[in-house]
Amino acid sequence: MFPAMLLEAVRAIGANRMRSFLTMLGMVIGVAAVILMLAVGEGTRITVKKQVDSMGTNVFVILAGFQNTSGVRSGSGNRHTLNESDAEALKELPGVEAVTPIVNNNSQLVAGGQNWNTMVQGVNQDFLTVRSWDLAEGRPMDALDVSSGSRSIWLGQSTAKELFGSLNPIGQTLRVKNVPFVVEGLLAAKGQSLNGQDQDDTAIVPITTSQRYLAGSQFRGMVRMIMLKAASPEIMSHLEEQIRELLRERHHILDPMQDDDFFLSNLSAVMASAEATASAMTLLLGAIASVSLAVGGSGIMNIMLVSVTERTREIGIRLAIGARRRDILTQFILEAILVSLTGGILGLLIGSVGAYLVQAIWRTSVVVTSSSMILSFTVSAGIGLFFGFYPAWKAARQNPIEALRFQ
Amino acid sequence: MDRLDSQVSSGPEAVRLQASSLKPSQANGPVVILTDQLKKTYFTDAGALEVLHGVNFEIKSGEFVAIMGPSGSGKSTFMNILGCLDVPTSGTYKLLGESVGDLSPDQLAHRRNKFLGFVFQGFNLLPRADLLENVAMPLLYAKVPGAERNQRAKDMLDRVGLSPWIHHRPSQVSGGQQQRAAVARALCGAPSLVLADEPTGNLDSQTSDEIMKLFCELNDQGLTLIVVTHEPDVAAYSKRLVRFHDGRLVQDAPVSDRRRP
Repeated sequence: MFPAMLLEAVRAIGANRMRSFLTMLGMVIGVAAVILMLAVGEGTRITVKKQVDSMGTNVFVILAGFQNTSGVRSGSGNRHTLNESDAEALKELPGVEAVTPIVNNNSQLVAGGQNWNTMVQGVNQDFLTVRSWDLAEGRPMDALDVSSGSRSIWLGQSTAKELFGSLNPIGQTLRVKNVPFVVEGLLAAKGQSLNGQDQDDTAIVPITTSQRYLAGSQFRGMVRMIMLKAASPEIMSHLEEQIRELLRERHHILDPMQDDDFFLSNLSAVMASAEATASAMTLLLGAIASVSLAVGGSGIMNIMLVSVTERTREIGIRLAIGARRRDILTQFILEAILVSLTGGILGLLIGSVGAYLVQAIWRTSVVVTSSSMILSFTVSAGIGLFFGFYPAWKAARQNPIEALRFQ
Repeated sequence: MDRLDSQVSSGPEAVRLQASSLKPSQANGPVVILTDQLKKTYFTDAGALEVLHGVNFEIKSGEFVAIMGPSGSGKSTFMNILGCLDVPTSGTYKLLGESVGDLSPDQLAHRRNKFLGFVFQGFNLLPRADLLENVAMPLLYAKVPGAERNQRAKDMLDRVGLSPWIHHRPSQVSGGQQQRAAVARALCGAPSLVLADEPTGNLDSQTSDEIMKLFCELNDQGLTLIVVTHEPDVAAYSKRLVRFHDGRLVQDAPVSDRRRP
């Protein structure tokens, strides 16, 4: 019985192609909007996650701040409030996997006939662990490098390419501020950071080496930044409290009302705020999509009502030869669902093409997930059912005698 | 209510006597239709209007009855009730021994589907479906599986001589052919009774004769038939003629000079 009814519905829709198409249009637009919105939302989420992951997972960043004593903000002389022993102390906290102090310097690197200005980061042997960064070639930095202040350097992919081109940089010599360094390793490619910087345009050296040869006027032992990796994401919030407590104690900030002299942030917070933005965007587009779907649905209802009136005689004939009310009801609901679903599928195609265009034109990542396809599929079928029910119910309630008399 | 009760209690015996004396039917198979003091009242804004004033009527299997009467005589209302498209206001109507007065719309639909076949003046075929699908439609609602449905519909179309046109749409064949298809549809569910309401009203006289000959053949094969008509020529094909006037059955007699194909 069902195939015959389906054929009937296809025929009824096909008998009035233009009208059916216009009826579908609302659904097409609505579903296309849903698909596009979910694709953009998902794309944003994945991009942010990828970028955050590239910074290293479960990572805290501690930046040196200013001293603030009883509301008097001290000047630049005391600005560097973090030092290497802070990093050493933080490493002893339970749940901390790795810690590295970081001293940054923009320096000119010279190798053979090439030179390149890049960020040279003075770090310890745990830096790569903290950043979840792999070594592409060469040997990792070890404790001896740090303690002896060896003139060894590890290059990011971009820096290596600028200085050595296709040449293997391992074992090559280059000069930083006229100090010769030996290239001991090549870092794996990392890509863009959250703010769009090329993370591969960098070089790392032991922090001791950096302080001795590159740091210029910085105070010995003072660092601008400490990065810390937690052992698991679950302990992040607890660990944040412990880090704050420990640093305040070490910096003799006893008054609970007094501000920290450092900035503590973690990247999950950055990610959370990026996700909040994405979900606000999704909500907005979702509202637009639901309005469009509601308009599409009422359009279907309108046309179905017209169709029921037009086909009163047909309904009469069907009732006379033995159709029960629920047969008529099923017939018309099926037709409404078919219209709505066809519109939904068209919308799905158009939305996917739109998502592809968004990706191609704005170069943002856009992902059409199968769950969003299933969602729009069920939603459009549901709309057909919901908005088709009243007209179908009206059709099924017809009195056969009057319906047969209808001209 | 009192009136209705008294009719029901005192009615049947008298009515049956009266009915049997009124119509000396040639057929004597089982009773297909039996009405007892059948009344129908329409309630409108202008008040109640009784269009059937207590009709007693009986049809046995194998009969071929013509119903005549001027418009407004109540014959259409009577046909609608016999066809289970409408229910009486009072009195009883028994189809194959079962009273249908209290049935729900879906139960009535089931009776129409299983026991009755309809042939209309305007053919009433579905324009978008081909003849095969039109004829198979009662079987669709009887939930007969697709293959069997098509086979039975094909056989029926063959029986009314439409085999070459089974995949034509109604608009692609002549009026006579459409009505033949409608007859095939009425027969497809193997009904106990076929009701034809002015079946020749939209046809020329030659085609009318063809349809009536078809009815005669089918009746010879045992089909019970009721034909409503206002044409004496058409009524002449039947075996028994019933006349309605002002909501009453005023004549019920065998057709003496029956027209045979």
